[in-house]
Amino acid sequence: MSRHLLSVDDLGRSGIDEMLELSSSFVEVTQREIPKVPALRGKTVASLFYEESTRTRLSFETAAKRLSADTMTFAISSSSVKKGESLRDTVQTIAALGVDAVVVRHRAAGAPHRIAGWIDASIINAGDGRHEHPTQALLDLLTLRRRLATTTFDGLRVAVVGDVRHSRVARSTVKALVAVGAEVTLVGPPTLLPESLAGWNCAVSHELDPLLPETDVVYLLRIQSERQDEALFPSLREYTTRYGLTAERAGRLKPDTVIMHPGPMNRGVEIAAEVADGPASIITEQVTNGVAVRMAVLWSLLGSGGSIA
Amino acid sequence: MPDELVIRGGRVIDATGERTADVRVRDGIVAEVGERLDGTARVLDAAGCVVAPGLVDLHAHLREPGDEEAETIETGARAAALGGFTAVLAMPNTEPPLDEPAVVGSVLAAGARSSCDVAVAGCITKGRAGTELAPMGELHTIGVRVFTDDGACVASAGVMRRALEYARSLPGAVVAQHAEDPALAAGGHMHEGEWSSRLGIPGRPGEAESVIVARDVMLAELTGGRVHFLHLSTAAAVDLVRDAKHRGLAITAEAAPHHFTLTDARCEAFDPVFKVHPPLRTDVDVDAIKRGLADGTIDAIATDHAPHVPEAKERPFEEAPPGMLGLETALALTLTELVEPGALTLTDALALLSWRPAAIAGLDTHGGPIEADRPANLCVIDPAVTWEVDGARLASRAHNTPYGGRKLTGRVRHTILRGEPVVVDGVAQR
Repeated sequence: MSRHLLSVDDLGRSGIDEMLELSSSFVEVTQREIPKVPALRGKTVASLFYEESTRTRLSFETAAKRLSADTMTFAISSSSVKKGESLRDTVQTIAALGVDAVVVRHRAAGAPHRIAGWIDASIINAGDGRHEHPTQALLDLLTLRRRLATTTFDGLRVAVVGDVRHSRVARSTVKALVAVGAEVTLVGPPTLLPESLAGWNCAVSHELDPLLPETDVVYLLRIQSERQDEALFPSLREYTTRYGLTAERAGRLKPDTVIMHPGPMNRGVEIAAEVADGPASIITEQVTNGVAVRMAVLWSLLGSGGSIA
Repeated sequence: MPDELVIRGGRVIDATGERTADVRVRDGIVAEVGERLDGTARVLDAAGCVVAPGLVDLHAHLREPGDEEAETIETGARAAALGGFTAVLAMPNTEPPLDEPAVVGSVLAAGARSSCDVAVAGCITKGRAGTELAPMGELHTIGVRVFTDDGACVASAGVMRRALEYARSLPGAVVAQHAEDPALAAGGHMHEGEWSSRLGIPGRPGEAESVIVARDVMLAELTGGRVHFLHLSTAAAVDLVRDAKHRGLAITAEAAPHHFTLTDARCEAFDPVFKVHPPLRTDVDVDAIKRGLADGTIDAIATDHAPHVPEAKERPFEEAPPGMLGLETALALTLTELVEPGALTLTDALALLSWRPAAIAGLDTHGGPIEADRPANLCVIDPAVTWEVDGARLASRAHNTPYGGRKLTGRVRHTILRGEPVVVDGVAQR
């Protein structure tokens, strides 16, 4: 694996498989009575979040602490960034404090890539604009692997439903799914699908209903209400009518189809509450597995290559 | 002793043709063109070089007033002279914008002391806001011939129509459009297509350009006004302009070197040095721009020289300002990308860089021909020398060239402005 995790492209199929194996062993660690190992003692992990994200930030910080790393948090509202400090100055200040890894969330695509060129620490992309969110892709695959009790995704039929165009989760998770052999169909109105599908290696459907009886996984993306204002679809009500996973639609799925969502959910919009909480949903497991995946990523970037125990 | 120099041993190329000759310059004008001119004059060696009319750039952002950290008229003009330009058209998107005579006058005054002639493009609308007409007549009185809101498109068809109609009363005036429909380009930071979709960077579709070009061609027909399209970047727009010219409309167009050299794939590493409006397009578009330059559809190569301070280009791609340097690389890119591969003859390239843009902007002391009694605005080009671009070594105050590390063929050796050598052996004299 390269020194950074900026994109799923940095992993490739074999890298994804390796990270999933490693993550599985960290799941075991997180289930211990004392879920902590000394693997990264003496290492420092900084989180630099230019965009609010309690879930991802806490998940990374928990992962770092369970590996015995020291953590620093740069919450942007309380830092000098509000005083107009540039991104480069901010990260160089953090680097000067002596950090081994920086976990970056930024509203603009490619910000972590730029940072990786400016400082020596390992950079982990925790979401950049609409571009990528690679640890989300890994935790999605880990969750699927554990639920389906399989290590192969070849031929797995996945419907990714919703606002793919504006979604960094989709750009990472779809790429990872395709890399491991899944057959992905992007579902939504053309206004919410990518402008170009070149390089995506996906099918497209503007209707959800025909896919319901045959899909193995339904992956729902969050719909942001402000997209209505950009004339991307007429109303949330119409969106739900056409693409929402209602209880009625969920009833037309195969009995073993699983339902995923990266969170946070809009219950009643892209997913009905009873579906989100039903037996086919593995949404909570996605959150739980996030910690093990981020432990695996931190350990493989910062660890000395020794045993993780 | 009159102020005299002889440019010795070069190939003289201008709109009238090509010959090997010496050029004697005296008191700011060409005194004589002929073989083996001698005397006691200062000699500039031009052996193995091309002696051409000074280049003319229809599109330079000199940033003064308002952003002198990025460029000043003095530094921009020096960069221009080093690039072979003896005249540049300063774009009006300064702060304040060049929309009234006092500000335009101050730019013209500063330009008169600089290393090249600085003409001014005045705003079409007040504050470049796209609603009320700027005082085009008053600006015309102090020498403005090209009007543009560059950086912003005149989005309202009604306002564009009135500007074209009004400009008909101003001899030599031309309305220059930044053709990008703001509604279609809204929120976009690169060409919309395969790469924007992969990178998750919001896109600006090529159609943002072509719908405005199509509309303005129709408005040119409606009004009888003269339209110049700035920095064409798409195959569709080139086709529209070609068709409009076949129909005899008073339309001209320019293209920037980056639009025949670079594609949107260069945005892959998220480096904002490749961010520009209109954006870098696809291979298909690059080929169409080259064809448009070769077949005469596009009249001029213009730099769209757009300096930005380093801090601005260190922002993430979506937050960085658009634009890239161009004055010191335009000639070499033209020679390397177009002349060397055989897409253009050297004379065609010089036409696109000198006499055709001079004619568009009404700069009749520039663009040649090189003959007795003409103003001595000249450049001497070594067409064979190769060099490597290094942003830090360019004369611009800013360093945002997208060509760093690229090896180019051809470089300016001397530039003569109104008889005075302002660049000698690649070194600025002012």
